[in-house]
Amino acid sequence: MLTKRIIACLDVDGGRVVKGTRFVELRDAGDPAELARAHASGGADEVVLLDITATHERRATLLKTVEHTARELFIPFTVGGGVRTLRDAAAIFEAGADKVSINSAAIADPSLITSIAHRFGSQAVIVAIDARRGEKGVEAWSAGGRVPSGRSAVEWAREAEARGAGEILVTAIDRDGTGEGFDCELTHAMSQAVNIPVIASGGAGCADHFVEVFRQGAADAALAASLFHFGLSSITELKRQLMGAGISVRFAC
Amino acid sequence: MRVAIVDYHAGNLASVSKAFDRLGARTIVTSEPEVTAAADKIVLPGVGHFAATRALEDCGLRSVICNSIEAGVPFLGICVGMQWLLCSSEEAPGRSGLGLWAGECSRFPASVRCPHVGWNSLHISSSDSRLLRGIGSGAYVYFTHSYRVPLLAATVAECYYGGAFSAAVEQQNLYGVQFHPEKSGDVGLRVLENFLAC
Repeated sequence: MLTKRIIACLDVDGGRVVKGTRFVELRDAGDPAELARAHASGGADEVVLLDITATHERRATLLKTVEHTARELFIPFTVGGGVRTLRDAAAIFEAGADKVSINSAAIADPSLITSIAHRFGSQAVIVAIDARRGEKGVEAWSAGGRVPSGRSAVEWAREAEARGAGEILVTAIDRDGTGEGFDCELTHAMSQAVNIPVIASGGAGCADHFVEVFRQGAADAALAASLFHFGLSSITELKRQLMGAGISVRFAC
Repeated sequence: MRVAIVDYHAGNLASVSKAFDRLGARTIVTSEPEVTAAADKIVLPGVGHFAATRALEDCGLRSVICNSIEAGVPFLGICVGMQWLLCSSEEAPGRSGLGLWAGECSRFPASVRCPHVGWNSLHISSSDSRLLRGIGSGAYVYFTHSYRVPLLAATVAECYYGGAFSAAVEQQNLYGVQFHPEKSGDVGLRVLENFLAC
């Protein structure tokens, strides 16, 4: 049976893992390669490395970090943040990533989704959507949650699928780092709108939140960063609780 | 022993070669027919589209691989690399595979999300599979694909998603896996280790 995936996310800034709240207030949380390995042996189904302050100058640092992290990682590895062109994506794949996650650049130029999918396959392209509720419904925001795109998050997910995205990663900006729980309503709307897997992100605080997002949110996978880094729970323990709630998860044997 | 990882420009081979490196195998990523012909083992990875296998013909690799398989060289096809062993795929009508096994790869039914992405369990149907030696039925491996290989006489492990399909096939020196052993943690590394011992 296809299991629900638990994805560990490493927010990286200048070669170090950091964690913030609502996309700000950063704290240091360690070495990316080391943490990635620890998550893999601790039961994570995938690892995502997100370059949260991606700037042109720091690109070389990121690629080194990706290479270093990928070397000893034998589970799926996604890299996102600052991927603006097919060339950026190609460099990340060459450094050892299996998938790239694109966000603002795809909003600015949706054909980027198609060009990466065409060259590397749809399985290699995750479209990340940072969503926030407003007067006009749920909107997709770009530039790390700083700029409203004026587009409906759900409509954007549909378009991303049509353009060749292999998965959608939806982050509820207002839940990010709060530990208040995932936005199940938003995740469910996304899940209904597309036929590709939906990864829920933002707000994980305890095992029950994962149960909710898999049940009510109909998520295929759930991503969390701070919950795992600061040892609030081990992934294996989280999976035990999920299994107890009747949710199918993978245990490494 | 030298393992040729065939590069037909269909995506990213870094993960596959990295996994073999970890197992201490001597690998070479190549598009050269001569290098492939001289290898002790051949791995045909595949991430991408069935149509990309056209490149195997364009650079003369198809006949080299055919000859090596006939000569008994162990061959492992991964994902599209395994699908290519069949006659054809709905993904690229008119594009023919090696046709070593009758049948066509078909798309998942509309009743399930497509692609099939994530960790799914293996149902091992042959207890004497060399490729799956030491791996228990129910072990989880990582899949990411939109098309699947039907059940064949050579199927040694099945997977269920929108119906049963072949997760692993094996016949003499021919091996194929639909999942990604290079991304399937310790279970996947064991599959690659088993292949190296074949």
